[in-house]
Amino acid sequence: MSTAAQVSQHSWAALDHLDRLEAEAIHILREVAAQCSRPVLLFSGGKDSMVVLHLARKAFHPQSLPFPLMHVDTGHNFPEVVEFRDKIVAQWGVQLIVRSVEESIRQGRAQVKSATDSRNALQAVTLVDAIHEFGFDACLGGARRDEEKARAKERIFSFRDEFGGWDPKNQRPELWDLYNARVNPGENMRVFPISNWTETDVWEYISRESIPLPTLYFAHRRAVVVRGAQLVPISPLTSARTGETVEERWVRFRTVGDMTCTCPVPSQAQSLAEILRETVTSELTERGATRTDDQTSEASMELRKKQGYF
Amino acid sequence: MMDITLKKHQEILRFITCGSVDDGKSTLIGRLLFDSKAVLADQWAAITATSTRRGLSQADLSLLTDGLQAEREQGITIDVAYRYFSTPARRFIIADTPGHAQYTRNMVTGASTADLAILLLDVRKGVMEQTRRHAHIVRLLGIRSVVAAVNKMDMVDYQEAAFDQVKKDFMAFAGPLGFHNIQVIPMSALEGDGVVERGERMPWYKGPPLLEILETVPLDEAPLSSPFRYPVQGVMRLPKEEVEDRRGFSGRIETGSVTVGDEVVVLPAGRSTRVASIRVFEGDLPRARAGQSVMLTLEDQIDISRGDMIASAQQPPRLEKSFEALLCWFSTTPYDASRRLLVQQTTRCVPGKLEQVHDRLDVNTSISMAHPDTVEMNDIVRVTLRVQHPLALDAYADNRATGSFIIIDALTHDTVAAGMIC
Repeated sequence: MSTAAQVSQHSWAALDHLDRLEAEAIHILREVAAQCSRPVLLFSGGKDSMVVLHLARKAFHPQSLPFPLMHVDTGHNFPEVVEFRDKIVAQWGVQLIVRSVEESIRQGRAQVKSATDSRNALQAVTLVDAIHEFGFDACLGGARRDEEKARAKERIFSFRDEFGGWDPKNQRPELWDLYNARVNPGENMRVFPISNWTETDVWEYISRESIPLPTLYFAHRRAVVVRGAQLVPISPLTSARTGETVEERWVRFRTVGDMTCTCPVPSQAQSLAEILRETVTSELTERGATRTDDQTSEASMELRKKQGYF
Repeated sequence: MMDITLKKHQEILRFITCGSVDDGKSTLIGRLLFDSKAVLADQWAAITATSTRRGLSQADLSLLTDGLQAEREQGITIDVAYRYFSTPARRFIIADTPGHAQYTRNMVTGASTADLAILLLDVRKGVMEQTRRHAHIVRLLGIRSVVAAVNKMDMVDYQEAAFDQVKKDFMAFAGPLGFHNIQVIPMSALEGDGVVERGERMPWYKGPPLLEILETVPLDEAPLSSPFRYPVQGVMRLPKEEVEDRRGFSGRIETGSVTVGDEVVVLPAGRSTRVASIRVFEGDLPRARAGQSVMLTLEDQIDISRGDMIASAQQPPRLEKSFEALLCWFSTTPYDASRRLLVQQTTRCVPGKLEQVHDRLDVNTSISMAHPDTVEMNDIVRVTLRVQHPLALDAYADNRATGSFIIIDALTHDTVAAGMIC
């Protein structure tokens, strides 16, 4: 019997699914750092980007992160998320770049019909501009394939042309764990280290690793109106329409995004264990329950990605 | 109803599904996802609405996996879709791969990371050219377990004789291909027989239904039982006070395992040393195994950079500048000897060229054609490759991680081919 075979029979525990997903993500993050000259980690303060940030700290420990963080600020953020973002940046000593959609609108780079329209799609303009401004050749992000059917088709290292566009019919073949991150000047890679994670994996990992999160992921009382199947939060940007009644309800957010199109779900879950239980028994997908912008057409996400969206 | 108790420890099985939409592939995936509660109410509502709009009487389950506009328009699968589901026994990652010859490269992409392949056959059509092509590709990519799902049994009144004929034909050609584990099962994805439950309409079938196979098929132990292979991803600087040699080498253990004090060889330098420590964020480990991303420090100061390999000193890999390999050509542009190519194997990337093209394998007939004039998209050819600097490598049959490589066009940066070392 070979040495290796003997070792495999030792009693030490095999890797479980979270160990494997973590090791895969760390491998991907290290490939980005090695292959790309100017990577950046797109960071919103939301749960998925917190998981990626946590993984990046692990991947490069004891060194500091080999790339900055960048937040594409829609100007429509929940205040508690921005507060949380700044607290984490200060506590963990990471570098944060902020580029705002507001600024893109002022410069006439992005057009809006009204100040309260969702700015989710407009983020692409600000993002592509910032990529050119800093010369980023790789943007790391926390998107997952289980989120949406166009994402389910995307590579882990997803090539973008000089306009930031995704060509889903002509993706770079991606075999084994050999990643080709090479791009020509002006082009870039979008890299998704947690592509293979599900929403449940994310919550299990957050719980296992005690990763801090903004408070709005946990059940709290909030003023909302019932609109269709969704609860719309009342904020300076979203008000009740005629005939709608504002009510205080126990809710929590499953995703955080643009305040005008991100809705909370009814929930009493105040601990990670309770959230996990709700996640595995939920009847709705994360985006279906909470995002109004993905429901415009069957190809909303694919169209936005072709235009440079994350 | 799915068991909602969360298991602390779950293994992951990655599998691909091959076959065309006509064989019932989408119906099968839809059923697996439904029965494991991986399709939720809003997704169901969306596909029902689209199906109704198209005048279909029943929800078209291919809408679940065909995520691109172009796929939905044409009713075909163009690229791999990854889907996730779990049962109390295991977690599963499905790579739903395209069946058309035109998209062979996308099927290869999906197959490269899979542990098992489900080949769908229509019981009325039996073994088709496409079945042969898929089985060959699956074998080439080193997938050890195959389930041939003989579908649409409802169309032949669940007759044993019809199944037996297809099974016999399938085994006649797939048996000699050398899979570790082949199972042929009867199924009606539409009615559900043979998928999650065995069903009551085929009392003559005594074997397990598909899901039971997926839940119990042994996971590939090769990564753990193979010799230690550790391609260096990067060099890390350590705090001064800790160790004399202030360098750590980050990477992932591709195969085998390592214990502090193990004798290792560093390639291509060929120097031997011992492992001083195995580090992760949480602290030091006494040992680590295949699949783990760690950082190693070594007892001796040796010049090591990204692309080098730290490996078992007793069972080192081959170190070669010229080697034979099977190549799957991906680029729409045929091979052109004047173009500069890069060979990326593990974390090493070096200039290389095709020294000789020996033959082309016809995956439909498994007959090879000697000295083809060109190498075109989706061709599988046996070549001799020559690289500028030596690579630490193993045969793909022994080691998927150190026996695989991709070829990159140095100018366009496209991935133009994938290869498996002989």
